[in-house]
Amino acid sequence: MMRRIVVPAAALALFAAVPLLTGSGYLLGILIVTGIYTIVVTGLGILMGYAGQISLGHAAFFGLGGYAVAILTTSFRWPAPAALVAALVLPGIVAAVIGRPTLKLKELFLAMATLAFGILVHIFFNEGGKITGGPSGLSGVPYFKLGGLVFDRDTEFYYLVLAAVLLVFLAVKNLIDSRTGRALKAVRESEHAAEASGIDTAGLKLRAFVFSAVLAGLAGGLYAFYVTFVNPSPFSFHTSVQFVLMAVIGGLGTLWGPLLGTGVVVFLGEFLRWAVPLVIPDAGGEYQIIFFGMILVVLMVFRPEGLSRMIEMIRKGSVREGESSAS
Amino acid sequence: MLLEVEGLVKYFGGVAAVDGVSFGVRKGEIYALIGPNGAGKTTIFNLITRMIEPDRGTVTFAGRSLAGLKPHQVAAAGITRTFQNLQLFGGMSVLENVMTGAYLKGRTGFWESLARLPRSVAEEKKIREESMRLLTVLGLAGAAGMPASALPFGQQRLLEIARALASGPGLVLLDEPAAGLNSVEAKALAGFLKKLRDQGKSMILVEHDMETVMEVADRILVLNFGVAIAEGTPAEIQSDPEVIKAYLGEDDRVA
Repeated sequence: MMRRIVVPAAALALFAAVPLLTGSGYLLGILIVTGIYTIVVTGLGILMGYAGQISLGHAAFFGLGGYAVAILTTSFRWPAPAALVAALVLPGIVAAVIGRPTLKLKELFLAMATLAFGILVHIFFNEGGKITGGPSGLSGVPYFKLGGLVFDRDTEFYYLVLAAVLLVFLAVKNLIDSRTGRALKAVRESEHAAEASGIDTAGLKLRAFVFSAVLAGLAGGLYAFYVTFVNPSPFSFHTSVQFVLMAVIGGLGTLWGPLLGTGVVVFLGEFLRWAVPLVIPDAGGEYQIIFFGMILVVLMVFRPEGLSRMIEMIRKGSVREGESSAS
Repeated sequence: MLLEVEGLVKYFGGVAAVDGVSFGVRKGEIYALIGPNGAGKTTIFNLITRMIEPDRGTVTFAGRSLAGLKPHQVAAAGITRTFQNLQLFGGMSVLENVMTGAYLKGRTGFWESLARLPRSVAEEKKIREESMRLLTVLGLAGAAGMPASALPFGQQRLLEIARALASGPGLVLLDEPAAGLNSVEAKALAGFLKKLRDQGKSMILVEHDMETVMEVADRILVLNFGVAIAEGTPAEIQSDPEVIKAYLGEDDRVA
């Protein structure tokens, strides 16, 4: 029981202390991006791990959030918090429109629909003329302001993202421990029995999808405020695949999986970016993708349940050993 | 009549799995469907709960037509079921299985769940207590925290029944609840079903174990190749020559 409080509290304290412990803007920057991606992957993890559906277009929802903030704060001079709310609402509405017809169909229809949607949205970002700024995007997004606080430096922004991740974690933990969470688990275990128990499985999947899009939009909004400009490139199909990769590596249907998976992928990406040119001097970015692919294959072969489950099992194994030696 | 089934027809390919079956279930009775394998018993359950669409025919429950409803809406209307091939939520605990069965008793929706409001916490506590009580009645309270898949087979059957009862349905469809039980367990199950009936619960029972059927059923409908061939009390059915020829004669005959 103590573990349930101590471990998250220690993790939170550690994350909160990072800006005090390091003066490295580089490390802080990576952690901010990790936090932003973690929010996307947390939503995706619920969709994949509980509702059993896959989205190959979450970079588009992420992008819609980012562009919503960029357009509303620059062209329409909206205050930052209002623009951030719009970044949540817009992807949610779009997801509801896409999800309603497709989630009534079985199996991979959502994957196909989101794949097409993601590509369409990316084209729209590129070809949107004055609205989206085309390939060069929109710049001049103001810093995020809330009350009297201005989040204009990495340290401040780091705490903003940390607070957002924490809120998302709490909300998701509440969800999983609730009547709805039980229903989600039930859908994963047996859809027939879930329906027979009165659970509207199609409606539940739709809500999970909309929720995941809302989280992606929140992350996109934060991203726009962080880098203060948006262009189409971070919102491509490649990013969508990377989100799926992060969710799977971390472990589906777990609370810590998204953070773990995102952290591993982001840090591994940074490591490969540094290490690969040392080994192969003229290697381009595509080498990273090859390594990611290899790591994913190895993981799926040996640990398909993901990293967080693996850690859980190791921990439980050691607890059990301790108990038996005590008796 | 609590449930009225009128001229139900379902074809699979060119074969009529259910071919014009009609019957009615009264409130507070145990109504049994029996017949050889392939007689259409489970198909009738799937048609009533609308897991599959009937080709023809109507089902009316408590005066309301079930036409056009989704399975979860049928459950909300008050009909729940168990499954012949167990469909427990294996990775969830025994208690969670029953609490999921009580889903319809809760009101907390998706978005509300994110906030964990005091109202939801109170509702959750109430459902937990009620589910625990149901487990106690069925002698499963000791296993409440175990994963459902870790239960012995006989107790898994009981847990399916507990889950189907948890929302307080008006009618429960039990698909071979005694299958795989030993004779002691089957006796205990029969006793439990009779007790439920005496408390006013209505049930439809599909069962191959004739001893259990004859002991608990108030009325029996005999099906053969999707057609109803006889209806009556256990005593009437056991002496019906048509039934003996079609069914009891080729199975182990009940003395």
